[in-house]
Amino acid sequence: MVKINGEMKDCAGETLAAFLGDNRYSCARVAVEINGDIVPKAKYNETVFQDGDSVEIVAFVGGG
Amino acid sequence: MEGKDTFRLGGKEFTSRFILGSGKYSLKLIEAAVKDAGAEIITLAVRRANTRESENILDYIPKNVTLLPNTSGARDATEAVRIARLARELGCGDFVKIEIMRDTKYLLPDNAETIKATSILADEGFTVLPYMFPDLNAARDLVKAGAAAVMPLGAPIGSNKGLAAKEFIQILIDEIDLPIIVDAGIGRPSQACEAMEMGAAAVMANTALATAGDVTRMASAFKKAIEAGREAYLAGLGRVLQRGGDSSDPLTGFLRD
Repeated sequence: MVKINGEMKDCAGETLAAFLGDNRYSCARVAVEINGDIVPKAKYNETVFQDGDSVEIVAFVGGG
Repeated sequence: MEGKDTFRLGGKEFTSRFILGSGKYSLKLIEAAVKDAGAEIITLAVRRANTRESENILDYIPKNVTLLPNTSGARDATEAVRIARLARELGCGDFVKIEIMRDTKYLLPDNAETIKATSILADEGFTVLPYMFPDLNAARDLVKAGAAAVMPLGAPIGSNKGLAAKEFIQILIDEIDLPIIVDAGIGRPSQACEAMEMGAAAVMANTALATAGDVTRMASAFKKAIEAGREAYLAGLGRVLQRGGDSSDPLTGFLRD
């Protein structure tokens, strides 16, 4: 299992790029951190989720 | 550029002295608010992305506007640094407003942690604008840590109470050799105007607009007030008498013997 934005998902083995595409995230508008390390956009295709990974997918929202 | 009144942050030159917040109002109003505010800098927050959100705030912000992501949600320097790095990864420049709060009732900024985060992020090449409680010693430490400006609060964030910390902001304006941008608490155009009369480099406002009857009209009101206050500061305010009055009319030539 992989923890994505606080929710457990059964997606170990999937690539980050595939997960973002399948879940309708816009790659250009998000930043991704896996186990505390930022994943550069150029590595989205080759990054594969491992069982136990903790993933944060963030974007800009309105704020002060 | 002779005659042009600008200020610089992170190697960029700005004419507008109104930093606009984008929180707590409709995305659809942002473009009009930016236009009516005449803003060249807009603040944003970083949050977990929602897949179902078809709209992104970046689609509503004119391209010539500089983005100033904040680190809201951070409770210490480590969390602020993490959020700042994610914000930079979002690919919209290296400006960051550090915002660190461990108090949830008054939401007061933690100066000590803010200084730590400023030092780390400035070393990493960020243009760091730290939001802080107006304290001269902390402001001096922020300068040493590499801040590009200092952003003291006027009053508790979102309170619309105005320049409650006026005396201490004035000390920062007088003593700190960086732009002082009054952030948080400014609720009315007159308060923004007063901050500019005092010599602030710029004013940031969000809740004042978001809670107004008409967001974009209030953006326009703030723009005028900030320009008026800046113009008054440059003109040099007239003196205040401690006692008595002083006529503006000639004291000779009265129609009497």
